[in-house]
Amino acid sequence: MESQITLLFFVLVLSVFLGFELISKVPSTLHTPLMSGANAISGITLVGALLASGSGSLSQPVSVLLGTAAVTFATINVVGGYLVTNRMLGMFKKKDSE
Amino acid sequence: MEQINVEIIVNLSYILASMLFIFGLKMLGSPETARRGNLISSSGMLLAVIVTLLDQSIVDYRWIIGGLCIGASIGYLAATRVKMTSMPEMVALFNGFGGIASLLVGSAEYLNSVNQNSSLLMAIYLTVLIGGVTFSGSLVAWGKLSETINGKPFLYKGQQIVNSFLLIFLVIAGMEMVFIQGMFTDTQIQILILICLFAFLLGILFVIPIGGADMPVVIALLNSFSGLAACAAGFVILNNVLIVSGALVGASGLILTNIMCKAMNRSLANVLFSGFGSVTESNNKQNQVQGEVRPINISDSFLILEAAASVLIIPGYGMAVAQAQHSVRELGELLENNGTEVKYAIHPVAGRMPGHMNVLLAEANVSYDLLVEPDDVNPVMETTDVCIVIGANDVVNPDAKENEGSPIYGMPIIEVDRAKTVFVLKRSMAAGFAGIENPLFFKSNTRMLFGDAKESVSSLVAEFKG
Repeated sequence: MESQITLLFFVLVLSVFLGFELISKVPSTLHTPLMSGANAISGITLVGALLASGSGSLSQPVSVLLGTAAVTFATINVVGGYLVTNRMLGMFKKKDSE
Repeated sequence: MEQINVEIIVNLSYILASMLFIFGLKMLGSPETARRGNLISSSGMLLAVIVTLLDQSIVDYRWIIGGLCIGASIGYLAATRVKMTSMPEMVALFNGFGGIASLLVGSAEYLNSVNQNSSLLMAIYLTVLIGGVTFSGSLVAWGKLSETINGKPFLYKGQQIVNSFLLIFLVIAGMEMVFIQGMFTDTQIQILILICLFAFLLGILFVIPIGGADMPVVIALLNSFSGLAACAAGFVILNNVLIVSGALVGASGLILTNIMCKAMNRSLANVLFSGFGSVTESNNKQNQVQGEVRPINISDSFLILEAAASVLIIPGYGMAVAQAQHSVRELGELLENNGTEVKYAIHPVAGRMPGHMNVLLAEANVSYDLLVEPDDVNPVMETTDVCIVIGANDVVNPDAKENEGSPIYGMPIIEVDRAKTVFVLKRSMAAGFAGIENPLFFKSNTRMLFGDAKESVSSLVAEFKG
């Protein structure tokens, strides 16, 4: 258990560094789509929500209810986030290429 | 044996999903690949969701399907209907939904998990706390941006004391949650609700003092928080993919926050705690700008523009409010057809969210290679014939360079005052959002074109056509 947590911390630290490296190169033109795209990724919490919502009679009814609410919110975040990012990016055009 | 195989497949798929997120974010770095990057990142999400549904511990799919359908329909409607000018409040709202989802996941695990050791409880506490602050903070930001509530900074005496007390309460409640083992479910629920309420209150108190012009910083920061909440939820369910993606989002939000703060030459603490607009009011009474304002009419501005070899357009939040981006693009095209070199200079904090102006101009079909940053245009400003300032104010205020007493002194600006001629499109002589006088309006090379930004630009377009 403890060693698993240490390992997860290791993953966390590496991901933070990777994130800094990846994002610091994004030009300011794309800051809004970057934000909404990143926001959609943060909807990954949906994975946890699915596990809580689907645990059925194995767990308390309150947990299932909370999990289902979490599924709803996280899905709004994921679906809405990706679609709106896609819509925005579709508008970024260079004239010469058309 | 078979169960082990499923577990391996699930975990390998999570790794693949993480890789897709990383590639997706990398491809968001360039306009050519950005759209494909977003698709790749979303396919990672789809993969993560599908393999999660294979998990052995999921026995009942009815609730899941309900939640997925409702969420997907709301998300779809919101994403397809929202106007580009309302994008800042939309992003704020989505941040909040991410936060509340993490909070709910943490709560469900808290009430459900059998083996509660202190590291799990600590992770649950952080998930609920960060998720709650993100949710209520984002709702306040949404309210301010959509002008449901007053966008002005809201300050009161003893603010720091109230916040400190709240933080102390939160720490105490957290220690109770983490260190008192074997509580009854009722006590658990009570303490959980208490922590949620404190977290909500903290989020509200944290965003409410911040003025509308500082919103780019707040949205970027809340974006980072929504990632951190997902990351903390990853420690609750011990899941790698949540930790990786949460950390990526957290890091990206922090970088944006930092860029925004640098663009205003202020520290994050100063943005969060000083309530900019209200502090500066006492300051400008001492240095009222004196001088003559030179108004100009449409036909004279047309003559100057027609003769110009290079024109720089500087949009600000006022362009978004007046919905003038389409007329601006039309004017830009007519100028280009007339042989004029046209560029759009965009300050990082123009508008209400990072990149706000870029999205509006992209919507109006302005080619993105015409959008340039202050550092690109400032060195060649002297050779620019005409600068057209549309609804921007503080980002072109020469006080930032010249007046040490000014609250925005030191902020990097677009130095339009050094151009040959400056047109300022403005409704009236009222001060900008930060309530600071702008000496640009009184300079000898500045001409004021009073009126609604959209109407003024449309009249110019009509002059060119007629």
